[in-house]
Amino acid sequence: MAAADRQRPPFVAMLRDSALAAVVAALLAVPLLGVRLVDNAGGLTLDYRLPLVLYAAAAVFAGRLLLSLAGHFLAPSFRDMTVSLPRMPRNSLIIVGWVLVAAAVLLPWMPFAERNLVDKLTLILIYVMLGWGLNIVVGLAGLLDLGYVAFYAIGAYAYALLSMHFGLSFWICLPLAGLMAALFGVALGFPVLRLRGDYLAIVTLGFGEIIRVVLLNWQAVTNGPNGITGIERPTLFGLSFSRAADGPTFAGFFGIEFSPVHRVYFLYYLILALALMTTLFAQRIRRLPTGRAWEALREDEIACRSLGMNPVTVKLSAFAIGASFAGLAGSFFATRQGFISPESFSFIESATILAIVVLGGMGSQIGIVLAAVLLVGLPEWFRDLSEYRMLVFGGAMVLIMLWRPQGLLSRREPTILLDPKPASAGATVP
Amino acid sequence: MLSVEGLHAAYGRIEALDGVDLEVKQGEIMSLVGANGAGKTTLLMSICGAPIVTAGRIVLDGEDLAGVPMHEIIRRGVGHVPEGRHIFPRMTVLENLRMGGYAVDPKHFSADLERVLALFPRLKDRLSQRGGTLSGGEQQMLAIARALIGRPRLLLLDEPSLGLAPLIALQLFQAILGINRDEKLTVLLIEQNAYQALKLADRACIMVNGKITLRGTGAELLANPAVQAAYLEGAA
Ligand SMILES: Nc1ncnc2c1ncn2[C@@H]1O[C@H](COP(=O)(O)OP(=O)(O)OP(=O)(O)O)[C@@H](O)[C@H]1O
Ligand SMILES: [Mg+2]
Repeated sequence: MAAADRQRPPFVAMLRDSALAAVVAALLAVPLLGVRLVDNAGGLTLDYRLPLVLYAAAAVFAGRLLLSLAGHFLAPSFRDMTVSLPRMPRNSLIIVGWVLVAAAVLLPWMPFAERNLVDKLTLILIYVMLGWGLNIVVGLAGLLDLGYVAFYAIGAYAYALLSMHFGLSFWICLPLAGLMAALFGVALGFPVLRLRGDYLAIVTLGFGEIIRVVLLNWQAVTNGPNGITGIERPTLFGLSFSRAADGPTFAGFFGIEFSPVHRVYFLYYLILALALMTTLFAQRIRRLPTGRAWEALREDEIACRSLGMNPVTVKLSAFAIGASFAGLAGSFFATRQGFISPESFSFIESATILAIVVLGGMGSQIGIVLAAVLLVGLPEWFRDLSEYRMLVFGGAMVLIMLWRPQGLLSRREPTILLDPKPASAGATVP
Repeated sequence: MLSVEGLHAAYGRIEALDGVDLEVKQGEIMSLVGANGAGKTTLLMSICGAPIVTAGRIVLDGEDLAGVPMHEIIRRGVGHVPEGRHIFPRMTVLENLRMGGYAVDPKHFSADLERVLALFPRLKDRLSQRGGTLSGGEQQMLAIARALIGRPRLLLLDEPSLGLAPLIALQLFQAILGINRDEKLTVLLIEQNAYQALKLADRACIMVNGKITLRGTGAELLANPAVQAAYLEGAA
């Protein structure tokens, strides 16, 4: 009997907990599912769909209860659902990194590689690069930026406009786009220097929207919602990837038969190179005073001031450098698509990039790759299940947060290591 | 080396310093003792360029510090150990120390590291441990060591013994005395632990409600009956 008594309370608590979750779900479901605008002969009317609300609440109730029960019976406590990874030695991560790089380089040559796959990987790599760039701002400097897509947009439009009006080539525009985005990064940085955390997030969110709205409404320059078409495609040392061009073509130069696949592969290697440049830069700068200052500022601003650091320049440099990588990715995006419009730069993009960084485990380069594959790659592959895509996405997010609440990979690697030579350590023993 | 004249400071309308005069001479340890809320931290922050000063002058080595930003003041040779340690918790001890050299030429680092580790040997075994996992006393040692890596000529310490066991506090004060004697480092020490602070000091001041009410050598103040009644009851 006593044992049964002791058993009961957790179940009561579980039921109460599940009921609470169901109530929250029901409240959310009322506006999301419960009412629908119907366009009929008499004009717009509201259609009430209460059963759907009840289904949602019931589903959440059952799911939550199952989760609690699973936690109770399978794991000693609910919190133990978190999975801890074995502590990998530093070198193994580096090896994993190089293996991934090698795989990425060789992949297009594999027998199973086809145009579609390479195209999807290109898309994933754009997000990997954006994730690595945003990680500089969020993961290293600790500045929560919800408007990162603005810099991506600025890079894309900078390239499109420069190439359209001045006939500049992609390779000249690429650094210019990065520079332009960096300037906007500083412009955003100035007003938000004093803000932290949530306040900073809200202002950056607003900044992202401002840029999008300007792109949408500044018809004369950006062509508004119609966007810019016919953006110059990239060339390899002047070799065009078109069937027939004014100058030499890639196929013509190498005397091979023209194929549209060449450009797809070229774009893939281009973004791979840009992304690798981003991560190598991020890893290098962590070991330099600038990068150390970012990490220190994220940890303790008072201490930083006491050490003679000027938080203004440190924050601005983080914003500028983070933004410049988004600018580079943006001009790649423009040259890949050949068409851009404000639609591609909505808030959901910022949210996805931030989710990649957070999910990857702030600051982990490989974690970001995993997260980008999960968040961008899987939805692409399951496009056929389009209606269930978001459901799977949401479910995956919940599971990941249950298992790895600190992100997929989240160990911080020290930037300086002790001298392996026991030169100074030996001095203590006579 | 440092002189403060008629300093007034306020947080909005709250007056925190009400005409403070203070002179710190080259090579001495000056202790500043006062009750909670007397304005000690405010004085240190004002010296470091906090924009709260409403009147008065702060002169470092003959140069007026009015309008000089904090990072510039630190670069002129002021080391500041803020109240409450403020080490970088996720960084290792070694990284914390490396940050201490942020504003100085990196070529000094390895020699300076050896120097501070000799001063605080406990840190030596913990170089690759994360700052946040150190004990309170070790964190305080780290905070001071980190400031020393910045090669200050004047060290400002805000309650270094806060929350430390008496024995550890004593070791810390010995270390401060050692730095002062061996490296001719000028120290302005703020303390609640009045007995230790006065014993250590060449000269000392008592601060009450934003004013300095008593000055003298450490020994004079230790012997002063008013000081004994207010700050040393039960001590020593
Ligand atoms: N940021 C602030 N805003 C408003 N008032 C403040 C602020 N900081 C300090 N004060 C006030 O100024 C006065 C002096 O504070 P200060 O921190 O200098 O005291 P203290 O001597 O360092 O005290 P303690 O020994 O407790 O650290 C106090 O009355 C405090 O309430
Ligand atoms: Mg104080």
